[in-house]
Amino acid sequence: MDRRHILVALVQDRPGVLNRIASMLRRRNFNIESIAVGHIEQPGLSRMTIVVEGDDASVEQVRKQLDKVIEVIRIADITGESPVAREMAMVKVKATPSTRSEIIQIVDIFRANIVDVAPDSLILVVTGTSDKVDTLIELLRGFGIREMSRTGTIALPRGGPGPLTIEENKPLRRVVEQATPEEENLPDW
Amino acid sequence: MIKTGAEILCECLIKEGVEVIFGYPGGVLLPLYDTIPRYPQLRHILVRHEQGAAHAADAYSRVTGKLGVCLATSGPGATNLVTGIANAYLDSVPLLAITGQVPTHFIGKDAFQEIDITGITVPITKYSQLVLDVNDLAKAVREAAYVAQVGRPGPVLLDIPRDVFQGITEFSYPEKVDLPGFKPKLFGHPTQVKKAADLVNSAERPVIIAGRGINISRAFPELKELAENAQIPVVTTFLGIGCFPESHVLSYGWLGMHGMGYANKAVHNADLLIAVGMRFDDRATGGVSTFAPLARVVHIDIDAAEIGKNISVDVPIVGDLKNVLQVLNKQVDRREHGAWLSQLDEWRSLHPAMEIRHHEDILPQYIIRQIHEATKGDTIIVTGVGQAQMWAAQYFYYDRPNSFVSSGGLGTMGFELPGAIGAKVGCPQETVWCIAGDGGFQMTVQELATMVQEDLDINIAVFNNGWLGMVRQWQELFYNKRYFGTQLYNPDFVKIAEAYGIKGVKVSKKIDVRPAIHKAMEHKGPFLIEFIVEPEENVYPFVPPGKTIAEFLELPNPAASLKK
Repeated sequence: MDRRHILVALVQDRPGVLNRIASMLRRRNFNIESIAVGHIEQPGLSRMTIVVEGDDASVEQVRKQLDKVIEVIRIADITGESPVAREMAMVKVKATPSTRSEIIQIVDIFRANIVDVAPDSLILVVTGTSDKVDTLIELLRGFGIREMSRTGTIALPRGGPGPLTIEENKPLRRVVEQATPEEENLPDW
Repeated sequence: MIKTGAEILCECLIKEGVEVIFGYPGGVLLPLYDTIPRYPQLRHILVRHEQGAAHAADAYSRVTGKLGVCLATSGPGATNLVTGIANAYLDSVPLLAITGQVPTHFIGKDAFQEIDITGITVPITKYSQLVLDVNDLAKAVREAAYVAQVGRPGPVLLDIPRDVFQGITEFSYPEKVDLPGFKPKLFGHPTQVKKAADLVNSAERPVIIAGRGINISRAFPELKELAENAQIPVVTTFLGIGCFPESHVLSYGWLGMHGMGYANKAVHNADLLIAVGMRFDDRATGGVSTFAPLARVVHIDIDAAEIGKNISVDVPIVGDLKNVLQVLNKQVDRREHGAWLSQLDEWRSLHPAMEIRHHEDILPQYIIRQIHEATKGDTIIVTGVGQAQMWAAQYFYYDRPNSFVSSGGLGTMGFELPGAIGAKVGCPQETVWCIAGDGGFQMTVQELATMVQEDLDINIAVFNNGWLGMVRQWQELFYNKRYFGTQLYNPDFVKIAEAYGIKGVKVSKKIDVRPAIHKAMEHKGPFLIEFIVEPEENVYPFVPPGKTIAEFLELPNPAASLKK
């Protein structure tokens, strides 16, 4: 049963990391809907949000293969926890004096913002779930979309510390030496 | 101490326990090649093609268990390593590939002999780094050596620009490795191990499938204990050959496309598979949808991504085999499986995979058997890829681990010669036999010069049948003998050997086979035997692609018809 999965990963900010991750996804033919990556509060680290479509078994394979990348520190599939997921889109839609007011009404309903007005078009910015953004874009198609850009989804799990939370006062850097059974992190399964 | 980058690299390699580097110089490596001679602890072996360096380092690592190191210059030197790196990647061999790179101010400008080798090798390396600052060099080498060897081994690439070799800095060797994203799980989850033990204790028809992971983890005694304690038959994968002595009463050969019929039948009819250090490669499983239909699967591997990748698993255990098996063995009861083992023995007699039919001319299988008799199995066999490789795996009894060195995952023709060099350098006291097909031999023939320059006593058996054998076999079986692109015009291999200063003989009569083998082994120094073998011989058993492994094709079997 195919469905949308949201994977979030904590990665080291080293040259070529994005390349290695993208290369792995490409060569195993995974169906990627979006990838968003950006810095986080800790220097030297980035957070990646990957939206991938597939059945649970294939997505678990994606997750495990990405976990093998040395620069990937942690990666989790947070789909099951109904995460808070948002994306942003900027749309330049054709707008004539006769259509402009109708567009503005739609913009209000979707709580989007108009950031630029030109004689025959306007640019609006909308934030929301992917479904909301999809719906707005469908509605705007009728007016004629000149140009459009979407960021892809970013997501955080609800509630307390999630799988990628970096505890305060706990160094993220783990110095690796010979591990004993007691000290060693047991695998998840 | 203030040192140059080149000195730092040498010092770090020595600290990592490296003793041998297989390399080929070039422009950007000149500063390094001026430094290596000052470190007598590092033996540099000059090859004749960088692919040879990579394969030699690979084989060296397989037989010694140490890190293999190969060195190539920028541009074409680096790209010539690619096949060898991919080979190490697919067979999980710890390899450190060091490539020179153009000076930092030239990078990205399409300079002379500049190539983005780090980008090219992303899919075939575990980890790679372009070291742009001499201050990062020691840390990079430490990390690279660590990552290559820990967890599931694999190749790592270090790309070092010439001005970094020439740069100077204060050298301090980093004692600890700081890689927060690299945390191999070494100990299996106790609950999972308990579940596995329960399954083992209640199984009626269990089979252990042992792969190369047993060699990597050195879990030989633990495997033996498990098999002997619970009386479980052991089948190996192709790359696992030798991890369990093939002369042991519980050894039932190896499974897969050209594996023993009785091994395939055992796996197909098992009710429990204990898969240790293997990855259910398509050559081993045949058609996945019909693989082992009656069996539950316990899969123990250090790489979590391999578990559940091809086959659904009932009890997954992530961990180092030695550790996991030690814990598992404590929970496994002493048992007997007399009926099941008798069944396997019956299948073994019905499908005697190691019979050699009587034939006037030289059968390649006959040569392999003669080599076994002459060496009493006490040798390292390094093969190329193709029919000769399969016969070498089938008709020889491998009792010692790492005595069978072969390219499994990538199936690289041309592995044989440089592989034999690596094996001999790694184990100079061992007899080394190189089993070469006439096709593969010509792919890396230039390494004969390396053999002579390093005075390596290697016995080379070239199987000359004038064909690209394995491909011809498929053309015969599936393309109605439409042979195209498989007939090989071959040179006089003995003359080629002699041109390199290597003694050689050509053998075309069966009666000359054994004396030639003995002559090769008595001779001090490399020796080549060209065997003229039966041209259109096929490898059996054979599981056609996509079929169940129990549906193997085999030659008509006189023993079975007699029994009936």
